[in-house]
Amino acid sequence: MALIRRSILLVAFLALAGGAFAQEAAPPQPIRGPTPIPETNPSEAFKYDRSDRPIPRNFPQHPPIIPHNIKGYQITKNVNMCMSCHAKTRAPTTGATPVGRSHYLDRDGKELANISARRYFCLQCHVPQFNADPLVANTFRGPTK
Amino acid sequence: MTVRNSTIFVEPDGFFTRLWKRVKRIGPWTVIGLFALGVLFWGGFNWAFELTNTESFCISCHEMQENVFKEYRHTIHYTNRSGVRATCPDCHVPKAWGPKIIRKIQASNEVLHKVLGSIDTPEKFEAKRPRLAEHEWARMKANDSQECRNCHNYQYMDFTEQGRRAVATHSVAFSEGATCIDCHKGIAHQLPPIEQEIGAPKPDAAKVN
Repeated sequence: MALIRRSILLVAFLALAGGAFAQEAAPPQPIRGPTPIPETNPSEAFKYDRSDRPIPRNFPQHPPIIPHNIKGYQITKNVNMCMSCHAKTRAPTTGATPVGRSHYLDRDGKELANISARRYFCLQCHVPQFNADPLVANTFRGPTK
Repeated sequence: MTVRNSTIFVEPDGFFTRLWKRVKRIGPWTVIGLFALGVLFWGGFNWAFELTNTESFCISCHEMQENVFKEYRHTIHYTNRSGVRATCPDCHVPKAWGPKIIRKIQASNEVLHKVLGSIDTPEKFEAKRPRLAEHEWARMKANDSQECRNCHNYQYMDFTEQGRRAVATHSVAFSEGATCIDCHKGIAHQLPPIEQEIGAPKPDAAKVN
């Protein structure tokens, strides 16, 4: 009889312990949401800033940011479509902001006909803007602001 | 003396009288049958012809599916906010009957190169891309970008709805007699190498205008 009672207790204990263990293994709630790591969160539908006017810079040496839609503008091994308007030879007719002189210098300081290959990938510094709210509040005030 | 075979003394029959005589000779049912056959033949020809004017027909060849179609899927003519699309034949085959037939006859050359395997790998396609693009640009320049204008009619463009850059460029370009393809290259596919004097020279660059 005692053996039976003891085994019932043991089973109850094990069940409780198992329950506690299962609770411990409950999936954590990461900031990125419940999406598993190998998958990607769906993004919200953001829209390009298309104001088409130069956006003021926030500090000296700030790369100007892009105030227009650049969807489908190719920067490939074959062609850099930004330069079809922003090259200094094209800018007067297209009305685009011409690329700064520094971009026409090679590493030895020699001026080239078009931008240096070092500056080929425009979007490394110059980025388009979207109507997205900042994820984190930012109190930065640039000296030019 | 008979005058039956002489036309000198007999008043010539009118057009409808002659037609009716001919119909009576071969029988009205034969005529109706021939007419029905004609309708069937023309309908069938046109149906088969239009089957070759569809996106699914174009990408039934892997040359199109793996190269130009994949690139096109990222562009506004494939997917956009309103779902109005321009598929392969809308841009690459004229709408008017005469030019369409001419283009389709020219396309027999493309069938030949399909058999020869001229562009059957992405590498071969990339090597040919400058020439292929030049041909298509020249074709669109020659017909004043007719395939663009089938939908994008300059006469009905509302400049107040266009962006600042578009208004400035369009109003000048159109008055100078420019055509769509002069500026809008590479809107549906990747561009071939274009010489921009950036970095190493591109010996195989496509000629722009």
